[in-house]
Amino acid sequence: MKATPVPESKILVPVGKKNWKKIIKRQRYLLLMVVSFIIWILIFRYVPLWGWVMAFQDYKPWLPITQQEWVGWKFFIEIFQDPVFYRAMRNTLAMSFLGFFIGFPLPIILALLLNELRNIKFRRTVQTISYLPYFVSWVVVASIVFRMLSPTDGIINQILLSLNLIDRPIAFMGEPQFFWWIVVFSTVWKEVGWNSIIFLAAISGIDPQLYEAATIDGAGRFRKMWHITLAGIMPTIIVLLVMSIGHLINIGFERQFLLRTGPTRDMAEVIDLYILTYGLGAGRFSFGTAAGVFKSVVSLILLTFANWLSKKTTGYRVI
Amino acid sequence: MNTNGVSSLQIRKRKQIKPRNTGDIIFNLANYSIMILLVVVTLYPFLHVLAVSLNEPYDAMRGGITVFPRKFTLVNYQETLNYSQIPWATVITLLRTFFGTLTSVLSTAIVAFVISRRDFFARKFVTVLFIITMYVGGGLIPDYMLLRHLGLLNNFMVYLLPQLINPFNVIVMRSYMDSNIPEELAESAMVDGASDFLIFRKIVIPLCMPVLAVIGLFVAVGQWNSWFDTYLYCSGNPRLTTLQFELQKILTSAAASSTIDYYSTHDPHRAMKVTPESLRMAMTIIVTLPIILVYPFIQRYFIHGLTIGALKG
Repeated sequence: MKATPVPESKILVPVGKKNWKKIIKRQRYLLLMVVSFIIWILIFRYVPLWGWVMAFQDYKPWLPITQQEWVGWKFFIEIFQDPVFYRAMRNTLAMSFLGFFIGFPLPIILALLLNELRNIKFRRTVQTISYLPYFVSWVVVASIVFRMLSPTDGIINQILLSLNLIDRPIAFMGEPQFFWWIVVFSTVWKEVGWNSIIFLAAISGIDPQLYEAATIDGAGRFRKMWHITLAGIMPTIIVLLVMSIGHLINIGFERQFLLRTGPTRDMAEVIDLYILTYGLGAGRFSFGTAAGVFKSVVSLILLTFANWLSKKTTGYRVI
Repeated sequence: MNTNGVSSLQIRKRKQIKPRNTGDIIFNLANYSIMILLVVVTLYPFLHVLAVSLNEPYDAMRGGITVFPRKFTLVNYQETLNYSQIPWATVITLLRTFFGTLTSVLSTAIVAFVISRRDFFARKFVTVLFIITMYVGGGLIPDYMLLRHLGLLNNFMVYLLPQLINPFNVIVMRSYMDSNIPEELAESAMVDGASDFLIFRKIVIPLCMPVLAVIGLFVAVGQWNSWFDTYLYCSGNPRLTTLQFELQKILTSAAASSTIDYYSTHDPHRAMKVTPESLRMAMTIIVTLPIILVYPFIQRYFIHGLTIGALKG
């Protein structure tokens, strides 16, 4: 009988040894297609990981890698003795937590409120408009924020003045105590619409009959929102909450870089900016790499913890 | 019978049939008001920036402009466009957006296709190889050193190569392929003697256009909006400047509250015609205009893409 090609998916591992040559030959095109990208990822994502050894060396760029001097934990100790580093940690965590406590509930509330709108056209329009800032770059957003908060031309000052809440304009961007709030609220402005999408999608998965039953039982608007809508999306909320934990230390640095001014620099310096300024900018590669290693390790720990937490909580709700 | 059919339709359409009491009415009022406020807070900044950019600079300095220009003029745009760096920055930005998106989407699709094939012998290995990079990365300095050693600093390829493939996009594409490419299709093609590459080109790509488009859009927006790579890797080569980077430069000089604006140090004559603030407003609009113009038409593809990704994630 002529050997007809067997559908690939039905091929089982034969008892006995695999004929590697045959497999590779048959799948040579697949291999060919993907091999350049394997090389790509090894170069661009794995080689830098190897660069972590720089943290343990006194790296001098003009020497080849084999001739670098090993200094062990010297730079890590230097970092942990640097008050500026602790300030960077403080800034990072402050903006992280503030951003979380304000930025996490708001999209949920927005989703709940959007869901209560009965006019579908109006709701769709509001939604579409609310996603817009997400696609605009942070450079543009920063430019807008500077304008809105400007003491001379900004609308915020004009509103505060006309409401007699202040008698002179405040230069928000130049006041250190406002910086974290500016970052947090800019982020909210930019992302609340987009972040509400997930929750709206989850809400659409709730059985409508639950609402009818609740109406019959005499439940009012708020009780329905609390016991049905909110309860219905609780699994989604928990998943996202746990995911946020994993990203606590990875809040990025773009907005801090763009929104900072001379007076607010000390409040704006997050860990990545610390690395940028005192590591890369100062030519202290080992020092900066050590800080980066620390940050990555903390991030990994947080992610692992978040993963473990999500495994434990998936399946039953907290409420 | 008829009336029953109509009323059950009503129940299916709305969760509540009528406002039941004044509490409901107040809630609805508050809700609609909040939404209107949201729309205003979202749109006002853009309209305001646009208005100032279209207004005579020295008149704008007097303040009081909200969403309409008081004294219309295009001089801010003229000056911005004449300013030597902007046209070139536009070219570079367009180039990197186009080629960056093309290369990235194609590469992502190839990887996704290969790992979607259940019989591929290295499937697990490749998948894990990519997924690990989502959780741990080299860091600012090792990345920089690598690019330096590869000669990619001050090189256009630095806009394309390092961010070629995003593992998250690979996963999204793979799940799409898993659920949309029926196995029998690939099998019958193979029976007919088609190579894997041909299957990819003639079957997979056409069938995956929706997800390719969505990923493409996200990548394109990312390319258009990026500036930090220009700052970090290409500061030494003004011919590689991008639109966002140019805006960032003028923004930073505003943040440093220099009254001598960035502009006037290059050409004192020009500084007379416009103020730095109006210039910045015009540049902001130029830089973000393509996104805003295209957005209403394609925003639903973004949502679609998010739900695809979220379902898998």
